[in-house]
Amino acid sequence: MVRSQTWVSRTANGVLIGFLALTALLCLAPIWHTLAVSLSDKSAAAAGIVYAWPVKFTWSSYEKLLQDSKFFDAFYVSLKRVALGGIINFALTILMAYPLSKQARQLPGRNVVTWVLVFTMLFNAGLIPWYMTISKLGMLDSIWALVLPGAVPIFNVILLLNFFRGVPKELEESAFVDGAGPWRTLLQIYIPIGLPALATVTLFSIVGHWNSFFDGLILMNHPSNYPLQTYIQQLVVQLNTQSLMTAEEARKLMEISNKTLNAAKIFVSMIPILIVYPFLQRYFIHGIVLGSVKE
Amino acid sequence: MIAMKNTRNTMHYYLMLLPGLCLITLFSIVPMIGVVIAFQRFIPAKGIGGSPWVGWDNFTYMLQLPDSKQIFINTLLIAVLKIIAGIIVPLAFALMLHEIRLAFFKRIVQTVVYLPHFLSWVILSGVIINLLTLDGVINAILSWFGAEPVMFLASNFWFRPLLIISDVWKEFGFSTIIYLAALTAINPVQYEAAVIDGASRTRLLYHVTLPGIRPTIVLLATLSLGNVLNAGFEQVFTLYNPLVYETADIIDTYVYRVGLVDRQYGLATAIGLLKSVIGLVLIVISYRLAAKFANYRIF
Repeated sequence: MVRSQTWVSRTANGVLIGFLALTALLCLAPIWHTLAVSLSDKSAAAAGIVYAWPVKFTWSSYEKLLQDSKFFDAFYVSLKRVALGGIINFALTILMAYPLSKQARQLPGRNVVTWVLVFTMLFNAGLIPWYMTISKLGMLDSIWALVLPGAVPIFNVILLLNFFRGVPKELEESAFVDGAGPWRTLLQIYIPIGLPALATVTLFSIVGHWNSFFDGLILMNHPSNYPLQTYIQQLVVQLNTQSLMTAEEARKLMEISNKTLNAAKIFVSMIPILIVYPFLQRYFIHGIVLGSVKE
Repeated sequence: MIAMKNTRNTMHYYLMLLPGLCLITLFSIVPMIGVVIAFQRFIPAKGIGGSPWVGWDNFTYMLQLPDSKQIFINTLLIAVLKIIAGIIVPLAFALMLHEIRLAFFKRIVQTVVYLPHFLSWVILSGVIINLLTLDGVINAILSWFGAEPVMFLASNFWFRPLLIISDVWKEFGFSTIIYLAALTAINPVQYEAAVIDGASRTRLLYHVTLPGIRPTIVLLATLSLGNVLNAGFEQVFTLYNPLVYETADIIDTYVYRVGLVDRQYGLATAIGLLKSVIGLVLIVISYRLAAKFANYRIF
């Protein structure tokens, strides 16, 4: 590839760069447009004349958003869910992965447990039995219904298990010789070594908790318990019915609904992901490589 | 002495597993017992013990439903088209990106294209609907060319292409990274040798690059076999509406409506169970194939 470039090759490169840049821009454009709508004047947005830049720039949607207590209630439910769910996922991933990374002779029954885990990952009972179990446990409308059913992220357990298996056994043996028990070995050797891998899977589980909406929709009866994504989904449904109407009907509804405010809500609920995105990105490739490391 | 210590360690290992196993039992195994509802005319007030058993009635009823054929076709069609687009688009994109030598440019493009992967379907659907309404920006652009406004989300012609395109938008960046990782793993010596032999850029592509990532392509294609009944519940659910049920309704959305909206628990459980069983068979087959052709093991 060190060969000198002919002008054909250089033009080809230019075209390629142009095409790739354009595709990247197109990927971002819908999100950018939503931001532009949220910062536009209400009537301009309703008239459909906002493209890439806000028309008659105003912060008024965001000012209105700040007074919307339902939005912040939902935001708070989501934060609570991410914190609780993240911690529980983190702890249980470690507690499952470490013993299961042992040999079957160190832990009789290890293979059976692992296969049960894989089976529950690949086969599920379906929506109705799952819903009825949670409802029978009296967990509807409780934050635990959003956190406990997915408490053990099996895929993450398998990733971490594979990682722990790659840790040299001599480390553990010497710890045992020095008198450390399994808990201490886990805390002082395996967790520090596995930190990058743990960071990866924890970020994934946090993003998963932030993004899920369906369990909130079916397990919460009172809209005041909805997490943010479920709250937004309800808005989206309204937006969608609006899109089905004739122009005349839509215009009438437009007076009560609010395109710019909805756009602002959608954009604000993206912000947490945009904040963790640089970290996700750093660990992302690592995560893929991690998944492919096998003994 | 050593044997005693081993038993003590083993006990601690079990202790570590205990909380996770309890939760898995409660939320994954117990519902599996609940699938017997599929063979009952389930009455919530009477519970599983008191509801009458009806044998395979729910299954035969399901097959007689006028909608079932359409729903099965929708599911299969949407899922298969997504799988095909989900292999070709990222592969082409990764190959193009691989030709570029400007490291910072590559990095920016990668960063931008896989952002949508981390956003939820709720958010993306909100964005998409906002673009596609009658007063949305797409119709505004169409009107420059004198075209009539189109109600994309209410159109049985447009809805499936829309699902495929928006799925590619969300996911192609993610798969691009996987292909790029495979591309960078090709030994540069192979390129140098081919260049010395006078190979052109096109020949390098066909004789070095593509053979180099063939295992990755085969692996991803085989593993996606397990997904031919997963047409993407969250995406369809957040975008569809009664006007496009004909082309958009898939097994998962149907189970939701029959079970949790119409409360026909027995029927919904039967449909869900059938899907889970077929899905499991497909996944096992795909893992077997992946193990055979690409030497892939999950652990």
